[in-house]
Amino acid sequence: MKRVYVNEEWCLGCHLCEYNCAFANSGMKDMAAALKDKKIFPRIHVEGDDKITFAVSCRHCEDPICVKSCIAGAISKQDGVVRIDRSKCVGCLTCILVCPYGALALGENGTMQKCELCLQNSCGEPACVKGCPNKAIVYEERSETE
Amino acid sequence: MKKYVIIGNGVAAVGCIEGIRSVDKSGEITVISAEDHHVYSRPLISYYLEGKTDLQKMKYRGDGFYIENGCKVLYGKTAKSIDPDKKTVVLDGGEEAGYDELCVAAGSRPFVPPFEGLDTVDRKFSFMTLDDALSLEKALSKDSRVLIVGAGLIGLKCAEGIAERVKEITVCDLAGRVMSSILDDDCAAIVQKHLEDNGMKFLLSDSVTKFDKNTAYMKSGKTVGFDILVLAVGVRANSEIVKDAGGQVNRGIIINTKTETSLPHIYAAGDCAEGYDSSIGSNRVLAILPNAYMQGHTAGVNMAGGDGSFDRAIPMNSIGFFGLHIMSAGSYDGEMKEEKTEDSVKRFFAGDGILKGFMLIGETERAGIYTSLIREKTPLCEIDFELAEKIASNLIFSQKIRRKKFGGVV
Repeated sequence: MKRVYVNEEWCLGCHLCEYNCAFANSGMKDMAAALKDKKIFPRIHVEGDDKITFAVSCRHCEDPICVKSCIAGAISKQDGVVRIDRSKCVGCLTCILVCPYGALALGENGTMQKCELCLQNSCGEPACVKGCPNKAIVYEERSETE
Repeated sequence: MKKYVIIGNGVAAVGCIEGIRSVDKSGEITVISAEDHHVYSRPLISYYLEGKTDLQKMKYRGDGFYIENGCKVLYGKTAKSIDPDKKTVVLDGGEEAGYDELCVAAGSRPFVPPFEGLDTVDRKFSFMTLDDALSLEKALSKDSRVLIVGAGLIGLKCAEGIAERVKEITVCDLAGRVMSSILDDDCAAIVQKHLEDNGMKFLLSDSVTKFDKNTAYMKSGKTVGFDILVLAVGVRANSEIVKDAGGQVNRGIIINTKTETSLPHIYAAGDCAEGYDSSIGSNRVLAILPNAYMQGHTAGVNMAGGDGSFDRAIPMNSIGFFGLHIMSAGSYDGEMKEEKTEDSVKRFFAGDGILKGFMLIGETERAGIYTSLIREKTPLCEIDFELAEKIASNLIFSQKIRRKKFGGVV
């Protein structure tokens, strides 16, 4: 299946992916209205220092430990995509405790949110990748041995 | 067609069902459920009382789960004994369920010490099951004074769950600190203060010597008046059924990393089992939900003829009280390093060149990176551990490792 992969040598650390993510998941039509002067809660986060930067989002693991660890049964894997039912989440943060990639973060309402590849929102494909000016993140098929 | 029987209907049982179905789509699965409920998430009972979830949402799997997975559930039935030679489970009422492969996922029960005068207490509750929570809820009122015996995770989550619905809560514990099984003195003191700031009263290093109706007489000489008593002293594994069948049992049913018990065709998983804890290199009961699922899943895979192994279990907890998040993992038997800010404390325990354990209070972002270091026994010389102490970040890894993590299928 297609996933988001990182080319960290191309990452400029511009954080556009975070804004595009927050907008795509806002459900709103106007980016300024959705994001301007607001604290944003993206599902992808740029990490790094003054030399290296890279964007981290859910790896959609083959055997996701978050799914097995969620105390509410709120996280599941459907057609390869690791998804969260936020109405079931109680904000215990066990998924943060177990995700080896540091890919999950709390949303604005105290429940967890995570990258679901924009497959259910109006973007239809990862908005972070679509808006990346330097192909530092790509959405493609790779094999396990690569 | 294989016949599978699962004793228990909690998270370990779900893991087992999903493990079986990952290998065998057609075998017959029978679930023996002592509780008369669709599988629900046990740790959510405090969130239920707090109003953060409801009876529908706290179902651990959707309403169609058993049908979709071809399971027959015997609700309200208790397994009384196992005959490993005949390969049958005898239920209360005398019926028998024959199996080819059996998983014991019977959970645990509250341990209630023999307190003098406990029988004179009218409204007393445990806090383990949904029925416990529902009956406690019926007893609650705005004027209730609640005494909780036990300042561990169960007692304190109960306290948080009912805090807005009662007049006062006092928590007592024989130990000198809260959550003594996962926090050290300093970290426990921070959590205790936070709980006190939210209205809880504590009587630590103290215990009840006698109850007399609505009064608890403490060893310290103090007395506590209460309307509702919650007993959260500890739990015991439901392991007797395997012991009586001749299986090896210690503090729980002893299992290997394939989750096999000492009896052929009998597996065990979850709070009733004592499996391998890789953080200490020996067996221990790890009564935590992720462990229950993963042991159950491993059992299911193996019962169905697959090749499952679960050798990386470690103790770990993520728990929050009134907005303060606390995480812990691994063991604390190494050199301690601390990072502190005004609102957070991180304590790391390292030894033998690897991270052994940690406690985090207040700052928990990306903590799974730390947990993975423990679980995978990553040599600290291969990462930037100094940076790791300051911040949980994928920068601590080499570019090569990062390329694997974020450029490959994982």
